[in-house]
Amino acid sequence: MAGIPHDHYKPKTGMQKWFHERLPIASLVYDTLTFPTPKNLNWMWIWGIVLTFCLALQIITGIILVMHYTPHVDLAFDSVEHIMRDVNGGWAFRYLHANGASLFFIAVYAHIFRGLFYGSYKAPREITWILGMLIYLMMMATGFLGYVLPWGQMSFWGATVITGLFGAIPGVGSILQEWLLGGPAVDNATLNRFFSLHYLLPFVIVGLVALHIWAFHTTGNNNPTGVEVRRKSKAEAQKDTVPFWPYYVMKDLFALVMIMIVFMAIVGFMPNYLGHPDNYIPANPLATPAHIVPEWYYLPFYAILRAITFDVLFLDAKFLGVLAMFGSIAVMALAPWTDTSPVRSGRYRPTFKIAFWILGFDFMLLMWCGAQPAEGLVPLVSLIGAIYWFAYFLIILPVLGWTEKTLPVPETIEADFDAHYPPKSSTVK
Amino acid sequence: MKKLLLSAILAFGIVTTANAEVGETHIEDFDFSFEGPFGKFDQYQLQRGLQVYTEVCSACHGLRQVAFRTLGDEGGPHLDYETVKAYAASNFEVYDAEKDEDRPAMPSDKFPASGLENAPDLSLMAKARAGFHGPNGLGINQIVKGMGGPEYIASVLTGYTGKEKEQAGTTFYENTAFPGGWIAMSPPLSDELVEYADGHNNDMYHIAEDVSAFLMWTAEPKMMARQRLGLISVVMLMVLGVLLYFSNKKLWRDIKRKS
Repeated sequence: MAGIPHDHYKPKTGMQKWFHERLPIASLVYDTLTFPTPKNLNWMWIWGIVLTFCLALQIITGIILVMHYTPHVDLAFDSVEHIMRDVNGGWAFRYLHANGASLFFIAVYAHIFRGLFYGSYKAPREITWILGMLIYLMMMATGFLGYVLPWGQMSFWGATVITGLFGAIPGVGSILQEWLLGGPAVDNATLNRFFSLHYLLPFVIVGLVALHIWAFHTTGNNNPTGVEVRRKSKAEAQKDTVPFWPYYVMKDLFALVMIMIVFMAIVGFMPNYLGHPDNYIPANPLATPAHIVPEWYYLPFYAILRAITFDVLFLDAKFLGVLAMFGSIAVMALAPWTDTSPVRSGRYRPTFKIAFWILGFDFMLLMWCGAQPAEGLVPLVSLIGAIYWFAYFLIILPVLGWTEKTLPVPETIEADFDAHYPPKSSTVK
Repeated sequence: MKKLLLSAILAFGIVTTANAEVGETHIEDFDFSFEGPFGKFDQYQLQRGLQVYTEVCSACHGLRQVAFRTLGDEGGPHLDYETVKAYAASNFEVYDAEKDEDRPAMPSDKFPASGLENAPDLSLMAKARAGFHGPNGLGINQIVKGMGGPEYIASVLTGYTGKEKEQAGTTFYENTAFPGGWIAMSPPLSDELVEYADGHNNDMYHIAEDVSAFLMWTAEPKMMARQRLGLISVVMLMVLGVLLYFSNKKLWRDIKRKS
């Protein structure tokens, strides 16, 4: 697919030409910022900017925190308290960082579900989607590693439980787990390597984000209609798009500020709401907490992990749970190929819409299940939730593509836009 | 679209409820001066709480994260330097590694750790416990009432029923706020246990309230600065938001044919 035709950077002065011939970085920045963007994007297309902001926020606050943090089992907890009490503004950086992780995940879930609803994963954007899934996996890993660093009770026991997942793999499990931990149990070696990786992975994410942006700047953005920007000529493309700068920069900044209001209210007034009180108790390998709960953003997948409570043939429940958990993300990555519908956007797919909203509800339900003790009805509800999750990607998406009667799709993005904002000549006013 | 946004917001609301009620405990919703976005520590209450800690709790419980000098901080008990110095020196001894001997504490020292092995350190206790949960694992009560750390402490201190039982050589005391219902700490407070210089009510309920407020401060000494940051950021961002709203509207006016 040819790119969307648009004006490219032209060096004007001699100085610019000299520089451009040697390093065309101005051209890269110009072409990225003026990229033709569908003019009918709605408010669900703001999360990319929010995510970029989160990544920057986490890296900047993280670098500052590292200046005062000590990765050692005897000192880590107290060094965090040192940050909270003695470092100038340390409490602010730590609360921004801890709650920044939550904002990051809220934004990524909104971004992913946006993509699922509008079929952003479909051809030709499969690579963008896969890269996104990789970023999401890296975020999960980074968030988990970071939660271990304060070395509180939930840090320690969370690390024990999660690395235990790898121990459930038949045959190589215990060796793999020991290799991950750097010893037979969670200890100083574990804390040190987790710290090292927690610092490394965000920069891997930066690289993946660059590829993610490159990929969708090659294919063009999706939009609420799912109809492609016309790209036969520049004039035609301009009818469907506006340049990213200044139109979407301004819109996204406004949205970001609205989200920041809520975020700063949480940081200022209830910074521990999304955390766990037990993590203000120093890690104690001899006292297990009443029950171990991961951070809220892992809960849906934690629920899937615990949903399988029965052995199948020679595979035990724990290993099956691990498979189900990783599988639940893997099936999401397969969506570009399991979704067989010729229509991209959920807007024109009435039956799909129902299935999609059930998936959204399923996600919330699993999140709730993940926070509850695994007793009573919770394992059964989790199992049903997990089954729907897999069924959505592996059965509903392919079958709907063949059977569903879809609504008419607008010819062009311009037509959709004009329907919302009628041209002057045709208004009755 | 709005539904998607709503889901995102809802996701925010669902948080872990790990300490989901173990048995029936009762946490009283004490009315602290520092609750809510405009709440403030009452420095006189913190000073009274410090007195309770010194005269009662410190016999067993430590405050190892808290430096004496911070007793002089604004947004805390706000004692003057001479008072802090005298307080540290007359109440606590610390081990001096250089001289290999104990000496009276100085403002630069920290409070000692717990003297009794099984008594937890109290520095972070008000953040390490959540008094409020639910309903049904939705985490709404913690938004409305707060996390309930200081309420939990005050409820434990006032929650003794008077019943005792002996188990494996240890005496346990029935307590309506403590998970499981039986606590190893003997009832630490009683009416008129401490004498306040400012003549403040010193029944058990008020003593418990004062020391819980003090422990909230030891757990979160920068709370007032934090709430100020929250308030200023929210107001500034709202102003910025209004400006951006109109800038964005003007920018898109021609594209949306609204001019």
